[in-house]
Amino acid sequence: MNLLLNIFSVVPIQYYIFISAVLFCIGVLGVLFRRNAIIIFMSVELMLNSVNLLLVAFSTYHNDASGQVFVFFVMAVAAAEVAVGLAILVTIFRNVHTVDIDELKSLKN
Amino acid sequence: MNTLIYTSALGLLCMLAEMANLRKLILPIAVLGLCVIFGFNVADWGKNAGFYHNMVVIDNYSVAFSGLLLLLGIFITLLAGNFYKNEESKISDYLAIIIFTLSGALALVSFGNMAMFFLGIEVLSISLYILAGSKKKELRSNEAGMKYFLMGSFASGILLFGIALIYGETGSFDLGQIAAYTAAVHPSVLFTLGVGMILVGMLFKVSAAPFHFWAPDVYEGSPTLTTAFMATVAKIAAFAAFYRLFSSCFIVSIPSYAWVLSAVAVLTIIIGNFTALNQDSFKRMLAFSGISHAGYLLLGILSLYGNTANAVFFYSVAYGISSIAAFSIAIVVAQNTGSEKIEAFNGLGKKKPMLAAALTIAMLSMAGIPPFAGFFGKYFIFSEAIRNGHLGLTIVAVINSIVGVYYYMKVVLAMYTKDSNEPVIKLKPAYSLVIAVCVALILLLGIFPSLLSNLL
Repeated sequence: MNLLLNIFSVVPIQYYIFISAVLFCIGVLGVLFRRNAIIIFMSVELMLNSVNLLLVAFSTYHNDASGQVFVFFVMAVAAAEVAVGLAILVTIFRNVHTVDIDELKSLKN
Repeated sequence: MNTLIYTSALGLLCMLAEMANLRKLILPIAVLGLCVIFGFNVADWGKNAGFYHNMVVIDNYSVAFSGLLLLLGIFITLLAGNFYKNEESKISDYLAIIIFTLSGALALVSFGNMAMFFLGIEVLSISLYILAGSKKKELRSNEAGMKYFLMGSFASGILLFGIALIYGETGSFDLGQIAAYTAAVHPSVLFTLGVGMILVGMLFKVSAAPFHFWAPDVYEGSPTLTTAFMATVAKIAAFAAFYRLFSSCFIVSIPSYAWVLSAVAVLTIIIGNFTALNQDSFKRMLAFSGISHAGYLLLGILSLYGNTANAVFFYSVAYGISSIAAFSIAIVVAQNTGSEKIEAFNGLGKKKPMLAAALTIAMLSMAGIPPFAGFFGKYFIFSEAIRNGHLGLTIVAVINSIVGVYYYMKVVLAMYTKDSNEPVIKLKPAYSLVIAVCVALILLLGIFPSLLSNLL
């Protein structure tokens, strides 16, 4: 445990910000450019998890536990969100037999 | 404080009532429970206190908005009984989700901590994803749920990154401590970036241009009652949270984003109004009109130096009750004619003069014509904007609200000048009650705006 804390405090905070920002951008690009709904879900998860990493890093940096507690909230919410998202995906798959979001055009003008 | 706990408990009760075989009693229990909670909420008036380490902060602002949201929630619950009559076995689930959504909305107007803000917005959104996709066998509803889910979770991710950056800068999630930090230290670029990301997330949630593209599709595809819920409760709660967040701790960053907010407000108003002009679906038209209303409300946020809470509140009340009236009439018409197009309203003036008059009042109120509540909503927002030096924006907004009159009148003209051979329209008592109360409130607030204009 102590070793882990040491590693956290030895690595400068900027590194964590950079890696989180990179992960977040990969997630954003995934949402914007991939057309498969399941991959979009994964990209959203990546965005949320990059935020978790950032929160934990800041929490250690500030010596303040509230950031880590917030991570639990984020994880719980992400789990609930994915449960609902996959349920919606299943209903769509039952109706159109595809998970490609470009096939969803019944609401366009 | 109690408002939030009781509402969540009522949601659980509705869910469990199914197991206790109380299906027939769920609707009266839910409506009565919400009315009692409304009473508890009113009793909190004048208190100014934080609970649970300032997770929840009760002040007049939160009590006023909670009251409005509960009132809209009561209307929606009343309508739900008849709207879901073909799915009686699932009524407890629907009511429970509606009440959970409401508890998320209540958390959004009374948060004192970023954690509560995030949880509120997620409880509200996740419940709405379910409601939007709740017609499982209808592809349009599935599609609406999917689009809402994708856009909503994407926006939450951006919002969350903003929260993390602000935590990194200030070392706290507490709004009071963040405000104290920004007062003491000039915030760095990290903080400004964080505020920007929260801004983008919130603009997504309130469907302001250029982040509005999901709204028309989702509004059109969702079951009409859910659309009414999204257009009123979700939008008003998101705006109340938006205002609370920016007025309490991000006011220091407003100058950096003033031009962005102005541009977004103008774009939202123009896109909303001009796209609404050539819609033939009533729900889609209301979706675009809702986008333009979001633009008018953004003017209130732009001028928040002048403490425009009251103008935002009055506008929300006027918009909320007019929308509920319009949507409940749309539900009645759609149930009888099976169509959600504007043509479905043809000849309503002859068949059901009272219903047509009610819809006319709702439309005129949304268009901002005196003596209805919507006029004073716009009047207060515009006068606050002028007082804070946004004259150019206000001129654009006024011109656009004149454009708005055209598409609202399209519905009114369809009702009174065209004929149709559609069957006679039947009206359920719950609907008559909700429509009558909404119309009465529109008229009351239009004639005596002082009832609410000096509340906050």
